[in-house]
Amino acid sequence: MSLLTPDSGLLFWMLLSFGTVVFVLAKFGFPVILKMVEERKAYIEESLLMAEKARTELDLVKSEGAQIVADARKSQQQILAEAAQLREKIIQDARTAAMTEADKVIEEAHVSIQQEKEEALRDIRKQVSSLSVQIAEKVMRSKLGEKDEQQRMIQRLLDEINISKS
Amino acid sequence: MNKFLNIVIVLLFAAFSLCYAAVNEHQVASEQANKEQLNVREFILEHISDSYEWHVTKIGEYPISIPLPVILYSSTSGWHVFLSLAFHHDAVYEGFTIAHEGKYKGKIIELQADGSEIRPFDISITKNVFSLLFSSLLLIIIILSVAKSYRRTGIGANKGFVAFMEMFIMNVNDDIIKPCVGKDYKRYAPYLLTVFFFIFINNILGLIPIFPGGANVTGNIAITFVLAVCTFLIVNFSGSKEYWREILWPDVPLWLKAPFPMMPLIELVGIFTKPFALMIRLFANMMAGHSIVLGLTALVFVTVSLGPVMNTSMTVVSVIFSIFISFVELLVAYIQAYIFTMLSAVFIGLARIEPHHKPLKTNGE
Repeated sequence: MSLLTPDSGLLFWMLLSFGTVVFVLAKFGFPVILKMVEERKAYIEESLLMAEKARTELDLVKSEGAQIVADARKSQQQILAEAAQLREKIIQDARTAAMTEADKVIEEAHVSIQQEKEEALRDIRKQVSSLSVQIAEKVMRSKLGEKDEQQRMIQRLLDEINISKS
Repeated sequence: MNKFLNIVIVLLFAAFSLCYAAVNEHQVASEQANKEQLNVREFILEHISDSYEWHVTKIGEYPISIPLPVILYSSTSGWHVFLSLAFHHDAVYEGFTIAHEGKYKGKIIELQADGSEIRPFDISITKNVFSLLFSSLLLIIIILSVAKSYRRTGIGANKGFVAFMEMFIMNVNDDIIKPCVGKDYKRYAPYLLTVFFFIFINNILGLIPIFPGGANVTGNIAITFVLAVCTFLIVNFSGSKEYWREILWPDVPLWLKAPFPMMPLIELVGIFTKPFALMIRLFANMMAGHSIVLGLTALVFVTVSLGPVMNTSMTVVSVIFSIFISFVELLVAYIQAYIFTMLSAVFIGLARIEPHHKPLKTNGE
């Protein structure tokens, strides 16, 4: 029966040591460990949530970026088309302006050529007339050196005039 | 592994066939060896009960043992503190000696002048007390060092032993305490974890056959008594209104509780049987485990008288069985700590119930 009756000495020491163990471990041991593990668990959960959030945000940013790129491309095409149109128009304008200018220049050239031609003709005419007068003078001088000749000449001229009169 | 099993089986067969061969020898040898035979019952009881010195071994005729301090208070002569060496060879020291028979067998008694024996107040550091103090200190050091490493590393992951202890602690916390206590389990977790590791470390140290292990601490009723009382106090001090109502006025037909309170009486007894079962279960399991290991070891010495062939074969059997039982005991060391903690947690959980059904209507059916 001695096995079934608790010994008072052992009871005393058990109360003392178990009490100490419970006091120390329940105050400084297990709560610290449990708290740290709980904190770690909370930290991991929070990190996972944050990662999830960051991922959705990243997706959002990505789609926004794609939208921006698409928009930019669209406006680029628009701008290019506008530029092409503008270029065509400028070239067209320049061409018409150049044409009118050229026409004007040609017109002026024509006028001045006409004037110069007329002047030249007038000049030539003047020279020809003076030359023919000189030649005629010279011819006259040579031919009308003798007296009878002069008479004949005058006669003839008179005849001619008469003829034309008659 | 298969190879190992084959060897074991062959050895077992060899042992049993040798048993038959040895029968003749046995009859001759038994007569002369009777007086040398080991008293197995005494041998086991001596090892599983407490003692004032730590017996290690015996070399020849000289016992090797570690003396432990004896602390006594006698109502007549006051305090006495001395080493248990003083009791060698049945000596009487300062009027005290160790009783060999009677009511106080194995305990220190004070011899009175008139020849009667009384038991002094005895708080000696016995084998169990020493082992208890040692394991308590070890447990405190282990858990505090783990807690300290948490303070150092913060919430970062730990490695090695600390990580192992974390796994162990969180396993007990999450798989036993949390589901069994239920809501508000955090208040009770430190106590229940302490109980678990206290029982576990004492069980494990009890399995180590050499000093400072091998004492039958958790297989001693004083230890399990204190543990059960602690659980009893915590359970009943955390009892909710509903818990006490179910005990004192349970939902049973009126005649079971009205003139003679039969059900309340049964429930009241139940309050005490729960921790009582806890106390006896742990005590009996651990004591039985130690007894079986010792019994199997004693097989070697018991069969000495049966002749050398029988003795050799039984030694093989004994060692194999001892190894097997030691593995089982390793399992039991964990299981008993697990069961004690789980049942304590369940009792606490049951004591904290909320009203979960409407009171029965008493007008007839």
